Amino acid sequence: MSAVLLAVERLTMRFSGLTAVDDLSFEARRGDITALIGPNGAGKTTVFNCITGFYKPTRGRLAFAREGAADAGAVAALTRSGARGARSPAGDLHLLERMPDHEIARRARVARTFQNIRLFSGMTALENLVVAQHNALMRASGMTLFGLLGLPGWRRAERRAVERAAAWLERIGLSARADDPAGDLPYGDQRRLEIARAMCTGPALLCLDEPAAGLNPRESAGLNKLLRSIRDDDGVSILLIEHDMSVVMEISDHVVVLDYGRKISEGTPAFVRGDPKVIAAYLGVDDEAEAARAAAEIEAAGAGAP
Amino acid sequence: MAGNPQVNPQGYPHAIRAAFWDAARAGAAAAILAFPILALRAYQNGRGELVLRERWHWMAIAAGVVFLARFAYHARGNFGAARAAAPAARGLPALPGALKPWLAGLTVGFLFAFPLLALWLLGPQASLKWISTFGIDILIYVMLGWGLNIVVGLAGLLDLGYVAFYAVGAYAYALLSTKFGFSFWICLPLAGILAAFWGILLGLPVLRLRGDYLAIVTLAFGEIIRVVLVNWGDFSNGPAGIISIPYVTFFGIPFVDADNGFAARFGLEFLPIHRTIFLFYLILCLALLTNWVALRLRRLPIGRAWEALREDEIACRSLGIDTVSTKLTAFALGAMFAGFAGAFFAVKQHFINPDSFRFIESASILAIVVLGGMGSQTGVALAAVAMVGGTEMLRELDFLKQIFGREFDPAQYRMLIFGLAMVLMMIWKPRGFISARTPSIFLKEKRAISASHVKEGHG
Amino acid sequence: MTAKPLLTMRGVETWYGSILALKGVDIDVAEGEIVALIGANGAGKSTLMMTLCGSPRARRGAIVFDGRDITNLPTHEIARAGIAQSPEGRRIFARMSVRENLQMGASVLRGAHFARDIERVFAIFPRLKERASQRGGTLSGGEQQMLAIARALMSRPRLLLLDEPSLGLAPLVVKLIFETIRELNKSEGLTVFLVEQNAFHALKLAGRAYVLVNGAVTMTGTGRELLARPEVRAAYLEGGH
Repeated sequence: MSAVLLAVERLTMRFSGLTAVDDLSFEARRGDITALIGPNGAGKTTVFNCITGFYKPTRGRLAFAREGAADAGAVAALTRSGARGARSPAGDLHLLERMPDHEIARRARVARTFQNIRLFSGMTALENLVVAQHNALMRASGMTLFGLLGLPGWRRAERRAVERAAAWLERIGLSARADDPAGDLPYGDQRRLEIARAMCTGPALLCLDEPAAGLNPRESAGLNKLLRSIRDDDGVSILLIEHDMSVVMEISDHVVVLDYGRKISEGTPAFVRGDPKVIAAYLGVDDEAEAARAAAEIEAAGAGAP
Repeated sequence: MAGNPQVNPQGYPHAIRAAFWDAARAGAAAAILAFPILALRAYQNGRGELVLRERWHWMAIAAGVVFLARFAYHARGNFGAARAAAPAARGLPALPGALKPWLAGLTVGFLFAFPLLALWLLGPQASLKWISTFGIDILIYVMLGWGLNIVVGLAGLLDLGYVAFYAVGAYAYALLSTKFGFSFWICLPLAGILAAFWGILLGLPVLRLRGDYLAIVTLAFGEIIRVVLVNWGDFSNGPAGIISIPYVTFFGIPFVDADNGFAARFGLEFLPIHRTIFLFYLILCLALLTNWVALRLRRLPIGRAWEALREDEIACRSLGIDTVSTKLTAFALGAMFAGFAGAFFAVKQHFINPDSFRFIESASILAIVVLGGMGSQTGVALAAVAMVGGTEMLRELDFLKQIFGREFDPAQYRMLIFGLAMVLMMIWKPRGFISARTPSIFLKEKRAISASHVKEGHG
Repeated sequence: MTAKPLLTMRGVETWYGSILALKGVDIDVAEGEIVALIGANGAGKSTLMMTLCGSPRARRGAIVFDGRDITNLPTHEIARAGIAQSPEGRRIFARMSVRENLQMGASVLRGAHFARDIERVFAIFPRLKERASQRGGTLSGGEQQMLAIARALMSRPRLLLLDEPSLGLAPLVVKLIFETIRELNKSEGLTVFLVEQNAFHALKLAGRAYVLVNGAVTMTGTGRELLARPEVRAAYLEGGH
């Protein structure tokens, strides 16, 4: 089994009187696609916001090992030290609950997308991907000074950034629309562009909040391919919130199920799909049986048509 | 399906009727408003009696104009459907956001030739007004507009107290030169640095504020600086201001009628206008520097981060962009250019007092940025010319007397006409003269981005 | 079909700036029908929904609702005429409570039937009842979607427009929503016109459906007929590898 990348321990998030996440613990392993599913309002996005620093958790620990493993001894030592992160021969370890959001993206290297797409709509697709490489480019531009003078080192860095952006545009099939404003792209393209933008930050963990929402089955299949390639070719682990079971069940290595802020089930896709608790709270009737019935119905209708 | 319903395919009669009634309502409202203002006029006759004169035709004209304008407005927007088949071909021009290089070069060339041209054509007396009022004054506002454009147009932070940094720059030069004898050329960078420092000071407390709240705090900040200058007499000499600020020198050579003066050194006949011409070139260079830096910054990571901040702050944070330092640099750089402009203002005026730094100045500079199209350098320059030059021009419009009668003094109606023009402008072009955004970088083809996608920020 | 036509679109053209988004669309919805509109992302489905509500306005063609030309009516008058929409992007009132959002939905009725109607939507979405006094903006994405649909129902519309009702909803809730639509259609004769990515559910639910490709209707038929068409299945139903 691969090493633990992110260890969520006893995470609790309370908003005035409302407990959105309640004593939640789970692990995401390096090289895995981990899915977080559950009914609407179960607290999935709140967990994301805690991991990416947009919320400060009421209680709990979020240990993240950018390299190496988040093993219990090192995490305990770091927690006692009071620091945000530690560097050791085994790799970098960070306690995300102690870090502000942009530090989590920059140092721990956790990138995310949003449920209601947050692209820079007035900037082109290319610009969106270049902005994502801000911190590297900022260093290359000598905190703006070298850039202002147009030094060759800066120019090279910018060219590399554009090449990287262009490669990602190619990969998500948007090369032709590189110079169009992001707000002009159809919904499905915007979803993919937002994933590419997150990838351009060079993350160790990619958090995707409902990447398949609003996609049709064909586009969902394309998304599956993209996410698998991110996991296998780029070696980036993925944490995924999704309601589209054709995505979750196909590509996840591990599924965590939440309801009312608590974990009600956890395991492989096959295990979770068969868990009566999950069926009762979330899936309804067995999804597989319904899918089979659906396919049969389509066949029957097809046979009846002229 | 049931048979086709009987409909008018264009819906014209309905739209025309609606437009007519709406225009009629607007006309009626204009008539009611015009009744006390235009229809009745009280004046004193020769014997000192108050006489009421009725001018019903004026009221009728006002109502008629409003009716027609409103109807025309509807005609354009609503049932211009007939023209609608064309827009596919219309498209966006290749680059409306920036001037074509040759046109920009031509403009700069003209600006450099302008004072000499004016001197040659009009002579030393008549050209003074042109170089000073239409040249220097406009360029000061162009520079201030470009500086504020960094904060408002690029970073999307609504700053209503920009004049405070202008004041910091002006007082920096005035005090350092009168009290310590520093020369202008040393004070100029110091004024910029001091203003940038105050920009950061303002930035720190307002970082968490957004929109209206940010605007109110910056507004208050601008007033605080002015009120301190008025009341802290020991420091700033209070409302009386600072007099006898040293004149600008030609890099150490004064513009005086003496053997060591500029004219004598360069073998010219002494003319007071030499100093004005030098000031013109000075502000021109400062403005061009502002423009160069702003354009350059836009293509650097910091500039892209500003624009990204305007588009979506939360997304910025998710990409690891430190929004605190990004906002602070926008405030600091914007303030720095206001500081330069302030030092220039002090050396040009020879005298400053807090009255020059009222809220109306901040509002005017902001109006220039908004009118120009937020983020567009060319638009801001055009707007400064239109606003500063336009209001000056209105002083000169004597031909209006032929239309409105001998007693009509156009200068008195200056601000009224100006306000009206501003309202019409915002109806016609709600996002300013140049609303399209030019991408900072491109892969294949640089295309302008329609304003409908570009956010205005205010955070 | 013998039912009375409720909504008729003829040759409707809509422009976004210089882009022709709808290229002369003809759509008919009869009273008591459920009609679905399917198509790829960017085909113009949401534009069509918004054009029905007058924003953006159709440049050409006619939209007739219940015998009345609404092509050039302002949006609020179209709403008063009896068309309610659960729009793309939800657009709930973030600073108002769930209850206040529902009150806004019922505003065209001026308070008539409010107590009964709110109980009815709470019965459909018990989650909203739990959150009745919470601000709309603090709801989760899926709960906001429920609220948008509930708000549209509160006006007792004659025609209900749903733009991707299943977006962001848990599988169980998606089923519930489609069942509810069918139920309201059967028991109260509610006419529904919906846009859906979830084409399988939509075509099963709908009496008739239209396929929109690049701003033009390319196919129409009963839900069953379209389900059987190989090109529809290839484009909108199957993942396609």
